[in-house]
Amino acid sequence: MITLNRYIKLVAASVVLLIAAGGMVTSTDSGLAVPDWPNTYGHFMFSFPLEKMVGGIFYEHGHRMIASTVGFLTIILAVWTWMIEPRRWMRWLGVIALGAVILQGVLGGITVLFLLPAPVSIGHAGLAQLFFCTTVSLALFTSPSWRHPRLPLVDDPMLRRVTLTTTVLIYCQILVGATMRHIEAGMAIPDFPLAFGHLVPPSWTAAIAVHFTHRIGAVVVTLAILATAGHVWYHHRSRSELTRPATLLVVFVLTQVTLGAFVIWSGLQPFVNTAHVVNGALVLATSLVLTLRGRRIAFALDGAATDMVRNARQAGGLLPGSELGRTRA
Amino acid sequence: MNRALKVGGFIAVAVALAAAGCGGGQPPAPAPAADAKRVDPATAGSVSGKVSFEGTAPAPAAIKLESDPACVREHPNGMTADSVVVSNGGLDNVFVYVKDGLGNYAFDAPAGPVKLDQKGCRYTPHVFGVRTGQPIEISNSDQTMHNVHGGGTANRQFNYSQALQGMKNTTTFTAPEVMVRFKCNVHGWMEAYAGVLPHPYFAVTAGGAFELNDLPAGTYTIEAWHEKFGTQTQSVTVAPKEAKTLTFTFKAATP
Repeated sequence: MITLNRYIKLVAASVVLLIAAGGMVTSTDSGLAVPDWPNTYGHFMFSFPLEKMVGGIFYEHGHRMIASTVGFLTIILAVWTWMIEPRRWMRWLGVIALGAVILQGVLGGITVLFLLPAPVSIGHAGLAQLFFCTTVSLALFTSPSWRHPRLPLVDDPMLRRVTLTTTVLIYCQILVGATMRHIEAGMAIPDFPLAFGHLVPPSWTAAIAVHFTHRIGAVVVTLAILATAGHVWYHHRSRSELTRPATLLVVFVLTQVTLGAFVIWSGLQPFVNTAHVVNGALVLATSLVLTLRGRRIAFALDGAATDMVRNARQAGGLLPGSELGRTRA
Repeated sequence: MNRALKVGGFIAVAVALAAAGCGGGQPPAPAPAADAKRVDPATAGSVSGKVSFEGTAPAPAAIKLESDPACVREHPNGMTADSVVVSNGGLDNVFVYVKDGLGNYAFDAPAGPVKLDQKGCRYTPHVFGVRTGQPIEISNSDQTMHNVHGGGTANRQFNYSQALQGMKNTTTFTAPEVMVRFKCNVHGWMEAYAGVLPHPYFAVTAGGAFELNDLPAGTYTIEAWHEKFGTQTQSVTVAPKEAKTLTFTFKAATP
């Protein structure tokens, strides 16, 4: 199980790389640099000559190569999880991860073939975050600290509410950001922290509205994260499994706001833009980890169930899946 | 059986609708009205003039070509953007055209295509005019790959793959639109603009100069479009055989 956990962490890390590659595709406006899909200029993807990966092709084709590799890694993840994971819902979570990466690939193809329709591209960006969250969740659920908690489980309804709210807000903020990128509204308000020299834009278009919503969203998310971190530090100071992600969350969100400012000041410099996208994913994933750890008690029997099945297997017996399901509930 | 027929019919209708909506290509350009007049060359006038540039022209922006060695080979001494080109006080690559006032005239369709070439990792010409329904032949003269992403809001978009030197694609635009953009996403600096019009009264400035010949007498709105400086319009009345002169002035501080 520890080997599987390490493998899933590798997959999650590869998804970060994939999100970065996708971010560079959008940031460099390279999404249509390869007009065909799934082939690349008529070549099978993995036989496309490396010396022809020039300009925007480097980013778009590179994104496809990394995506294919992540897809392959996810197949292994799903099969491996299905084979050795005793928790039935975990086995299905591996299958969901595989389904998500397949759907993600199809969305990527559709958006290329239909010349980047904004709803599809936004869906592609939003699903990327959900897929990343799935791999992070899998990594968390298979970790030794999750399966065998050393301290009594935290039962704090307020913590559960505030962390879940924060995670949902972050995801909504990412969707607004993706919308802003894919309708090319990144510079709809060209100054920061003011908007056309005012606190509120003096005139409005759809692009300005989306852009300004993203800025307001940044304030809301930052406040939510500070509230979450404050709650954790005030009520659960001794629980490092909560204080560490809470602190990290604050660091990530402050970095995110700073990067957001530099996105404007640099005039959408691709590397700054992409760093903003990747860091946004890290904010979401960290908040998700905190949310799940705050809800660990809802999974209270996970470790016990796992051990029960393992012991039964070692003893030569096998528990029926239905019993495992009842145990988990 | 009936159910199978219904399902089959539904699928057929859905496929037909999808084909009409997604794969049917550009609708044909509208035909001129039956009572449309013809321009009489004997009485036609003209509008000519200059698009001036006031102030200090910005230095041409250097383009980073390093992402494609083939482009570097074409421009060993570097390349600059052709979006703002000022020569002798005149602004180049301004699309000047009759925006309004023509009334009900019919014009012969041009015989040949407009040619848009990708050579030296740039589009030539950078700005051009084309008639609705007139073919545009897009070719790749470079020893590198290009994609050609074109289209506007009134005209359907496309994205051609031109992987090899010598490849060509032909497209037509059926709706008037000023301007339609062409872009290469492999080489992000490569852009071209086409003004699509149902009449022949358009010109692209060279040295700032333009001419619109064979105009029937009338009062017209003339627009000058530039990719960085926006648009300006002027009204002009042309009497039979009259040659009118117009001057547009774009200022350095505008962009």
